[in-house]
Order: sequence, then structure tokens, then C-alpha cells
Amino acid sequence: MLIKCPHCGARPVEEYTFLGDARPQRPTSNDPSTMEQWFDYVYLRDNPKGRFDEYVQHSGGCRAWLVVSRNTATHEIHGTVTARDWTKSRQGAKA
Amino acid sequence: MKYSVFSLIRNTLSGHRNWAPAWRAPEPKTSYDVVIVGGGGHGLSTAYYLAKEHGLTNVAVLEKGWLGSGNIGRNTTIIRSNYMLPGNNPFYEWSMKLWEGLEQDFNFNAMVSQRGVLNLCHTDAQRDAFARRGNAMRIDGVDAELLDAQDVREMYPFFDFDSPRFPIKGGLLQRRGGTVRHDAVAWGYARGADSRGVDIIQNCEVTGIRIDNGKVTGVDTSRGFIGCSKLGLAAAGNSSEVAALAGMKLPIESHVLQAFVSEGLKPYIDGVVTFGAGHFYVSQSDKGGLVFGGDLDGYNSYARRGNLPMVEHVIEAGVAMIPGLARVRVLRSWGGIMDMSMDGSPIIDKTHIDGLYLNCGWCYGGFKATPASGWCFAHTIARDEAHGLNAAFRLNRFRRGYMIDEKGQGATPNLH
Amino acid sequence: MTSFRLEKGGLIDRAASLSFSFDGKGFTGHPGDTLASALIANGVHLMGRSFKYHRPRGVISAGSSEPNALVELREGARQEANTRATMIELYEGLVAKSQNRWPSLAFDVGAINSLAASMFVAGFYYKTFMWPKSFWEKIYEPLIRRAAGLGSAAKEADPDKYEKAYAHGDLLVIGSGPAGLMAALTAARLGARVILADEGTRLGGSLLFENEEIDGKSGLDWANSAIAELASMPNVTLMPRTTVFGWYDGNIFGAVERVNDHVLAPSPYEPRQRYWRVIAKRAVLAVGAEERPIVFGGNDVPGVMLASAMRAYANRYAAAAGKAAVVFTNNDSGYRTARDMRTHGVRVEVIVDSRADSRVEAGGVPVIRGRKIVDVKGGKGVAGIELDDHMHIGCDTVAMSGGWSPIVNLACHRGARPKWDATIAGFVPPDTGESFVAAGSAAGRMLLSECLADGAAKGGGKPSDAPKCRDETYAIKALWWVKESKTKAFVDYQNDVSVKDLPLAAREGYSDIELVKRYTTTGMATDQGKLGNVNAIAILAEATGKTIEQVGTTTFRPYYTPVAFGAFAGPFVGRHFQPTRKTPLSDWAEEQGAVFVETGLWMRSSWFPRADEDWLASATREVLATRSGVGICDVSTLGKIDVQGKDAGAFLDKLYCNTFSTLPVGKARYGLMLREDGIVFDDGTTSRLADDHFLMTTTTANAARVMSHMEFCHQALWPDLDVQYVSVTEQWGQMAVAGPRSRATLQKIVDGVTLNDETVPYMAAKELTILGGIPARLFRISFSGEHAYELAVPADYANMAARALMQAGEEFGIVPYGVEALSIMRIEKGHVAGGELNGTTTAADLGLGKMMSTKKDYIGRMMAMREGLTDANRQCVVGIRPFHRSDRLRSGSHFLKRGDAPSIANDQGYITSVAFSPMLGQWVGLALLANGRARIGEMVKIFDGLRGIHQYGVICEPMHFDRENARLHA
Repeated sequence: MLIKCPHCGARPVEEYTFLGDARPQRPTSNDPSTMEQWFDYVYLRDNPKGRFDEYVQHSGGCRAWLVVSRNTATHEIHGTVTARDWTKSRQGAKA
Repeated sequence: MKYSVFSLIRNTLSGHRNWAPAWRAPEPKTSYDVVIVGGGGHGLSTAYYLAKEHGLTNVAVLEKGWLGSGNIGRNTTIIRSNYMLPGNNPFYEWSMKLWEGLEQDFNFNAMVSQRGVLNLCHTDAQRDAFARRGNAMRIDGVDAELLDAQDVREMYPFFDFDSPRFPIKGGLLQRRGGTVRHDAVAWGYARGADSRGVDIIQNCEVTGIRIDNGKVTGVDTSRGFIGCSKLGLAAAGNSSEVAALAGMKLPIESHVLQAFVSEGLKPYIDGVVTFGAGHFYVSQSDKGGLVFGGDLDGYNSYARRGNLPMVEHVIEAGVAMIPGLARVRVLRSWGGIMDMSMDGSPIIDKTHIDGLYLNCGWCYGGFKATPASGWCFAHTIARDEAHGLNAAFRLNRFRRGYMIDEKGQGATPNLH
Repeated sequence: MTSFRLEKGGLIDRAASLSFSFDGKGFTGHPGDTLASALIANGVHLMGRSFKYHRPRGVISAGSSEPNALVELREGARQEANTRATMIELYEGLVAKSQNRWPSLAFDVGAINSLAASMFVAGFYYKTFMWPKSFWEKIYEPLIRRAAGLGSAAKEADPDKYEKAYAHGDLLVIGSGPAGLMAALTAARLGARVILADEGTRLGGSLLFENEEIDGKSGLDWANSAIAELASMPNVTLMPRTTVFGWYDGNIFGAVERVNDHVLAPSPYEPRQRYWRVIAKRAVLAVGAEERPIVFGGNDVPGVMLASAMRAYANRYAAAAGKAAVVFTNNDSGYRTARDMRTHGVRVEVIVDSRADSRVEAGGVPVIRGRKIVDVKGGKGVAGIELDDHMHIGCDTVAMSGGWSPIVNLACHRGARPKWDATIAGFVPPDTGESFVAAGSAAGRMLLSECLADGAAKGGGKPSDAPKCRDETYAIKALWWVKESKTKAFVDYQNDVSVKDLPLAAREGYSDIELVKRYTTTGMATDQGKLGNVNAIAILAEATGKTIEQVGTTTFRPYYTPVAFGAFAGPFVGRHFQPTRKTPLSDWAEEQGAVFVETGLWMRSSWFPRADEDWLASATREVLATRSGVGICDVSTLGKIDVQGKDAGAFLDKLYCNTFSTLPVGKARYGLMLREDGIVFDDGTTSRLADDHFLMTTTTANAARVMSHMEFCHQALWPDLDVQYVSVTEQWGQMAVAGPRSRATLQKIVDGVTLNDETVPYMAAKELTILGGIPARLFRISFSGEHAYELAVPADYANMAARALMQAGEEFGIVPYGVEALSIMRIEKGHVAGGELNGTTTAADLGLGKMMSTKKDYIGRMMAMREGLTDANRQCVVGIRPFHRSDRLRSGSHFLKRGDAPSIANDQGYITSVAFSPMLGQWVGLALLANGRARIGEMVKIFDGLRGIHQYGVICEPMHFDRENARLHA
């Protein structure tokens, strides 16, 4: 598998470390009433067979955290953005 | 038809024309008392024990492919009960005890072979961890031995003791561990369940789960609607996809694990050995192939195939452990989809939906658990409550904070 | 011995002769021979024994699909099992042995299995060997294991070397027959960077042995000129002896180049094999097609071989398979063998063509149409054949052609299934998109002109770019097996799967092709069904009333042909399995006589023995010297992360459960990091060097993970924080200087500072210089419990600084101490480390619950509140001492309440760390104990079943020594 890092170009998969599902968003409240949100964030996964957005670090390269959109059934890669941009755009969308 | 040397001779004399099929190929009925989704090891053993232990025979096992086409057909065949946590240890030991009587029980030679499982250690910290584990086994009457480097050398003199990067300092040995002919386990359970009246329906994919007023009423399948009052999911790597049909989100990720077999060799290595300084474990099948594996590729996948970096990683470790392997050739690699849970331990439980039961989260340890998993799942379904042996494998343990984390890696499934 | 070497022809060098031995007997051959061709030329057909029945077997093929002629090649540490005689290039001094036979190939006791063959049908072993139960492991299985397997592999370390390499190109062409050469040539002429790989010794594929005519010359001449042109082009890489074994994601191909398998031993500095990862923008599969056997009685008698193999041996190797041949075919290509053999002067008795209506030119050979061979007579060699009309014909070799199967393997490695093509009676590759396409006969094109045109097109040109050529006709009428055969007819040669096994499996319920494979083992041998699988599918289709298409194939998976472990391992073996990390202080430690220990990739100084001290005596002395005077210890392996920026403090507040934004400049603080699930992740001291500048330390084990975690938290969770951080672990050498005389020792090397409790108070972090200007950082922190410091200097100065400290401390009896002494002192002090930070303990379990802030959000805060993580019965850290003072404690021992019987339900916890305390003169330990904090003073049973030791212990506070911390501030 080759993943195209926005900074380094297409690089082999062993340079990357996978963390998994990038969809869950870390809750912002520490109020006990939000426990269920936290549980969902830490433990539950959509785990789809098909297109999937995942956190991946280019740990053997520029060390940027990325969000890679990849098909889990075929390993086809649709696109890559930096986690920074991903998060900022999601934060922007919320605000 | 009972299998024995006598039936074999009798059938030889009649030109093998009179063997009864090992199982029927029934059309699905309109409804069953219990439907099990997944005709793999766990689903088939569940059906077998539902019939045998609980007298429930109006049962169907639905398999979307061919019987045993999931992880029971693509694992590295190892059995062991070297677990250390209270939630795990008695369950896996019960599984081992079921293995020990399995072939006579279901009248099928699955080649249960207790040639020993040896985990190598390379540092003092690893040895301490093995001492902890071994004593957790011994305290509950499970066999375990702590070996030093000399003991290991006597067993396997051809391991790298001369110029290793990480010297072998000893190991934890469970002599009752070993291997089982994996496909035969599926076949033996299928035959045993079928003979007790269970319908095993192949090429039948579940496409929907019907729930009425919080209660399961049946499943839509590629072969039509099938009603049931109890529905057990044993879909391994596809658990998330199947549970999603019931609107459930699971603490599970699906990952690909590669496994390998070498060309057939004359006896090379007797037992099962795991390397402690890299990802490699190996045993030799009765046919002579070295069956080996290592670690997950690391990314979510349903593809049943992996990539070269993990192949290199595993085989580097293999040659580091056994330098002579360099000239042995690897014949075939394949991949299985592991239902990796958030603490590395499984789930056998009821769900919040009445009549819906869940069996998943086996990570890459599902094969050895096959008998006890089916046994406990059958109990959970039949009695509508967990047995003591699977009491810790609750779905809500993550919410409550009672994880069963043997490796201590937390909610990072690809590290378990 | 009669010679079967033809008078003329062949791509062998008759001028040179090579001697070799097979089963101890000497033979000669020529350069250009394979072991198989040389044996055939010497009249040897019996080359192996089958797996189950130990039937005598000869060579079937002339290529990599060979299932029978497998040998043990070479001797001693270089002995390799199951090497295909058809792929071994002959070299001087070659030694090969047949395998899976005893006592000899000609007389094999195992062949007795053949007598019981009627009982040993598919899956018989699943039905028996079950009684009595104990017999399986003691008797049946050992017998089976000894009888099974094929060749014997060496157990000694392989003396040869292997390499790994990458190749990148615009176009990878796999296979160098007509289509492959044409594709490569076309693409290369258009300027593409082309890699042409072929498993063969030399390029040319089928043109090396088929009589063809291309562009007005012989096929071989055309191939040679095409290869010469390719070789002359700078944008072309030719890779003969290179097997592309797998197709992976990203259009990455795995390949193995056999660099030195054609010589007795590689020269020094050269590898035996080179493993390649080839990354190609596009690739062309031009690997051709595999000829199929026909399944008929006696189709495994040595001397029966594929028709194409027979003519390859004659045309390419000038080796005649016999003196009198019979050809059995269901398609036109079999006739080529008859014509070629006749040209070479070998008598061809007859062509048996199963098609009643074929009209192929036979070149004067008699043809019997509409008939089939039902049996081959002979044991270890062919004596004749019998047809279905009972006609007997004498002959000594049989060529068979059941048609051609495109070699689709690689195209199916990523999950796609091949498609059935009834016209050619074979599976063709699936559509795998633009980046990987099949060409030529691999794509099901059976005429030479089609192959050339297809190659040109797939190489990026036009079909019309291909040269003119002469075509042979090709037509086939499928004949999978001869139903009239009464004797054993094999589908899978190596695994001894006969035609009767397949319907039997289906009758028993194993009717899916995947179940048939697993139940009968067809297609599971070292050739992975290359020859037999299509026949098996067709036979099963008839048995189950399905079409071949409905039955489908089993899954094609890597490896196209088996790959040596050594190739995948490359140079990363032995001591080079993983890199070795040495600390900046390792030279100094070596001078001091350190014994090093592996710690992850690091080598850490473990103890510093004097004279004949063992580790315990040495570590005990080091502790005593440190606690009474001064000692220094290399702590450079701790992770060091430099954190800077306006929001550095805020960022650390998110990462640690305790607060860092309030830390004054010039101070250090112990920090505890949780995972998001509320469990402790890591700990260490972090110092504030300036308002916007912190220096974080991590444990040795977690250094990389903490770094990655920080990067995640910053980039994915809080990208707006203005903070930068970088690992500086390797930039600094760091040493602990501990003991009552540590200050006096350090004072002698620091520049211009008087060390006292005002200038460097407890938990101070100070930047200064030493030894007249060397920059350094001094931290007054202590892991040992002594008045202690950690001194960090730029890595290149580390050895110098340590030597200077040794000199400065000489008057105080300074000693170097290693991680063993370090560990003893931390256990004496009850500090937690790896044994306690085991990935399942909470801050509270470690006695550090008060560190968890309630005033801020941080990683792990919420999940740590779950009931299971705050349960009073959780195991938490306590101290443990033996009840009998002289008893030794051992890590990994468990606890039971006094009077409780051993059981996991009664298990109370376990010992995590132990040390012999020199200060207390007894063993002490740390442990995790259920509800431990409430049980101080309790006597417990210590269970160590593994070592057969059962004793009593007393639970105590974790801190065993200097509970008032008086020494810390002394």
C-alpha cells in the first residue's frame, strides 16, 4: 500500500502508524452528564466495510498526523488531508 | 453414521459409495427457535451445544459463504489456556478441557495435538511477566512451567543461541497447549449439530434484522425472511456490519491478520513456539508445513489479505529466532479479519434488544476458544443469562470500567 | 546407461561438461541444462516419490509448476528441501538427493501405503485414529508426522546473505515471451522506464523452446534481437532469474531475484538472492499459459509428461524423454510435440487425439482420433499404453496435453476472481483496471500473432506495431478426465489426489470447491494446483451438476512460487535483526567495565562488576557506595522532549493529569500522564526552563509513544495551541549523580555556581556550564531517594563529563552504578516503574490519585471516573516483605489470603518488583494487591507454583527505606 502524504508524497505503508476511526470527536465538557458521549468517543466504532476516514501518522517521515480516506474492503485510497486541517474544518463547521 | 476404523473398512469394501453426507443441505424453514448468524467455528459450536446441552434443536445456522469460510478456515490452529486475568483464565481452561474430549464427543478426528506451547522471553521484565502469568495459571490448576535458557536450548537447540540480537533467556511452557486441525473443528461441529437436527444453511447472507417492540422477530436473508425468537450473532470479523443491522455500534474494529505456511518439510519443530523479541510464532502441521504468523497489518480492513511490510517483519523475526529457516520457502500467505475489541478480550452477552445475543471481539485468539465460546454462548442463549465462565465478557464492561486487558494496551484495538 | 542426449540443437554448451550427483550417483551435463534436463539426458526419469502413497514419480513439466521432481539440493547448512529439479540450473559439483523415500528412491518402504490406497481416500483420517484416545499423540500422530512432509531442511544457520531492494518504473513487464518482449519493446521505444522480469534463466519465454517464425526469422532469433535492443536502451532494466511472486496494494509487486543459485556458493560480498519491491505505474502480466495434464489411469508413471515439457526438453535442452513416444491430446498444440520429436529423430508411435473431428497436420505421425488413453503400463517407467478400445501400444514416454490455462495468479492476488472462457476452456484474468493488464496467452490469446499484437497494444502502441509471424492453429475440445480408466488417475500429483476423491468429497457434503480443496488437499501442494486445479474444478462440476463457472476457483494467493525466508529477511538477521542503540555514555560505561543489557533497542549499563562479582554482589556494592558516598548512573535513555511556545504550559496541562502551567521557571515537577481511557500512560519529571520553554522527560519504554501521542493531541485535538516540540533524547547525555557527596562532587566541575539549597534547591532545574564552558542542565531530582541530581550535557560531551565526575568523586569513593542498582534503590523507596505502570493501573492504584486535577480538562479525566476504575477492591501498589526475614521474594508470585486454597477466584494480587535491599539486609518488593491500601500489616500467603515455593509475606507501605525522606534533603 502506498499513502500519499501531503508533505512527502507517496510513501510505503510501513512509514505510517494507524490509530483508527477519525470520525468520533472528543467531547469538550467534563460534566458527568456527558459520560455517555465520552464512552462513545473512547470505545465505540462505526467500523464500516467500505469508505473509512482514519487517523494515520506519517511516523517514519514528516510525523504529521493525517486523515486518510480509504476503502477497507479494497484498500483503495481516496484522499489524504492533515489532521490539523481536518480538525480545523470540523471545528469551523461547528462554530 | 458413526466414524470408526470399522466403518472405514466397511465403506472401503463397498467402494466408498455409501458414506452418508456429513451434513444435509436443507432449505431454510420459515422460522426457528434460535437462529445463529455465522457458520464458522463459534456459530457451529454454539448450535452443537444448544442441541446437545440444552435440547434446542429447532435451530438454524446461517452462513453467507461456505461452511467454515471465516476465521475457522484461516487461522494458525493453536490451542492454549495461558491466560492470567480472572475473567479469562477459567474460560480458556474450560475450552482446553473441551478440546481434550472433543473428538470422542463429536466423533470426528480433529487431530487435537498437545505438543506444547512455548513463549520465549528475552529480558528480565518479560520473565517476570511470564512468572506472573504462569502463577495465575498454576493457582487455578492450569499447567505451566517456567523454563530457563538451558531448558529451551535442550528442547530447541537450533534456535539462535549463538549470536542473537535479543538472547533467549527462557520461556513459559504450557505442555497441554498445541494445535488442532482447524477445518476439522468446523466439520465436526457441523456434523454433530446436523445429526441432532440443526439446519446448517450455506450461501445465506443476512441482510436485515427485524425487531418489533424491542424484541427480535427474525432476519431477512438472501434466501428470504427467516423468523426466530432468539438470534445469536457469531460473525467474527463482520460483527460490526451485522450488529449495525440491529442499530448497534460495537467496541470493535476489524483488522487483517496475515498467516503463512511453508512448503512441507520432514519434522522440523515439534511444538508451538512464540518469539518474544519480535512478531513471530510457528508450529508444524501434521502435513509438514510450518504454519506461522506474527502481527496485524495494523489498519482496519475487511480484505482478507495484507501487504509486504508485515510479511518482511514477521519473517525477519522468524529467521532471527531460527537462522536455519533462511533456506526454507514460504508457500502461501493469506489473511483473516479479526474482530479486535477495545481490551483484547471477547464479548459473549445478551444485548439491550430482547432475544438478540452477541458473540464477538475474539481478536486473534478466537480459534482456541471455539468450544468454550459455543458452550457459553449456547448457555447464554438458552437460559437468557451468562454462565459464570463468560460472566466477565459483558458488553457493558467498557462503560462501567471493568476491562479485561491482558496486554495493558487500552482502547487501541490494533495493539492488542 | 543409454544416453538420451540428442545429437544436435539445444541451448546447451556441448563444449563444456558439468559433473553432478543425484542420490550419490555421478552424472554429467552441460551448461544450459537444468537438473531435470540433465537427468533426462542421462535416462533418469524417476526423480521423486509422492506424498501419501509414495508412488514413484518422474518430471512432469519443464518449469516452475513442477509438482513431482522435487529434490534436496546442496548439503550441510545450505541444504534446501523441495527444490524443483526443473528450475535448478546445473552447475559443477551440484549435489541433489531425492526425498520422501526410505531407504531409497527405487525401493521405498512407504509405497506400502499404495496397497491400502483404497482405504486412504480423501479425508479418511478424519474418521479414524480416534481410539483409544491416548493413541493419537503417542502413536498415530508421530507416525503420520514422520511419513508426511517432503524434504528435510537444514537447521544450521544459512551461511549465505540476502539483500532487499526497491525498483520504480513506468512499466513492469512480467514474462519475456512473445507478448512480454513485444510489450517491453513497444513501451521502451516510446521512452517509458521499463522493467522486464522473468523467472527463467534467460529471457525469451516460450521462444526458447518453440519452433516459431517471427519477422522472417526464427522465434529464437527474433527474441534474441529484441532482447539485445532492450539491453541497449538506458531506460530498460532486464531482470532474468527474477520471479514476481505477488501483487499488492498500490501496484506494488514482490519479486525475488536468484542472483547466485546457479553456482555452488555465492562469492563473498554477493547475496544468494535479492528481494525486490517493484513499484510500477503500470504493469503487464505476460507470463503465458500453463499446459494442463489430462487425468487418466497411470498419468503419474515416470515418463508421462506434459507435451510442451517434452518438446522443451528436446528443443531447448537436447534431451529426449524417450525413444518411442505417444502423444495424448485434446487440442492442437499436442501435435507440435509429435512433429518436433520426429524432427529430432525420436519415434512417435501415435498421436491419440480425443477429438473425433480434428484435422491438424500431424507431419506424418499416425493419428488415432476420438480415442483416449485409459491406462499407462509400467511402474518406475513407461512400458506402453492402453486405449479405451483396449488397443495396446508400446512406448517409453507419453506426452499429454489437456489444453492451456492462462496463468492468472498475480491478477487475482488482490481479491478479483478469474473469468471462465469456454472457447479456450480456461480461466482468464479478471479486469483489474488500467494499472495492471494481462497480455498474450496470459490473457487467453492462443495464437502467436495475437500475442505479439496484444503485447504491442499493452505496451502502449498499436497492435499493428507487432511483426508478422507464422501461426499454428489452436482449437480445443475439453477432455478433463478419462472416465473409462480403471486404474488410479491423478488430479493433484504431489498430494496424491485421485479422480475418485473429488466426487466422494462432494457426496459427503464437502461440495463447495473450497471445501473440496480442504477435504481432499487438492491444490494445496507446493505447486498450489497450477497443473491440477482446473481439472479438479471440472470434475467437481460434473459430480455436483454445476457448470465450471458456477463451481469457480479457489482463492489465488501469494506466492506465485514459494519464496525463501532468507529473501524476505534480507540482512536483518542475527545481531542485525534490529538496530542497536547505544547511549552517549556507552564509551565511559565500557571503560568502567559495564555489563550491558537489552532494553528495547537500547543497550543499558546494567551493573559494573569488580573482580568476580555476580550481578547481585555488584549491584549491592553499587547501592551501598552510592548511599554512603556518591554514584553516577547513565539515564540517557529516558525520553527527552523539548516543548516551546506561548501555549506550552496549557498544552502540558492537557497531557498531564496534574498541572504544569503553574510551575515556576527553574523548577521541575513530577508528572503523570493518563490515556484517554483513564489508565496511567507514562510518568516523568518535566522542568520549566523559561516561561515558554519546558523540558519533558518520559520513561525509556514509552519515549516514542509519548512523542506520537503529543503530536496527535496537538494536531488532531487542539491545533490552535501555539506550541512546538521535538524529541531531544539523543541530543543529550544524562547522568544521575546521587548520594550524600553528590553535591560536593558536582561542585568541582560546575562553572561559577556555588551549589547549595538556595542556588539549586530541591526540584530545581538550572541551566549552567561545566568544565569551563560546556553547556549543561542540572536538575535536583532523585529516583534513588538520595540527595541527588541529574546532569545533562550535549551528547558529544557526555563521556568527558562522566570521566570528569569520576575524577571529582574519587575522594568520596564514587562508583558507577547500573540499572540493577537503580532498580534496587527505587524499590527501596517505593517508586513505581514498568512493573507497576503496566497499562492497567490507575493513578489511584499507584498511590498517586491526588495528582489528578479536578480543575481542568486533561486526557483521561472523564473515563477515570468510571466505577470500575474507582472500585475499592482494585489492586493497588503496596510493599511486601517476606515473613521470614531470610526468605527471598520473587516477581510474579501471587497472593492468597491465609487459609485460602489456591484458585484464581481467591487470587489477591501479585508481586511486581523485588530487590535485595542492601540497606535493610533483606528482600523487599512492590506488589499489586486487591484493596491493598487497607491491608497494610496483613500476613498473606505467597504462591509461586511455578517454582514450587510457598511462603508467607507481610504487606507494608511501598516505601521501604527512609520514609521521612530525610536523605533527599540532606
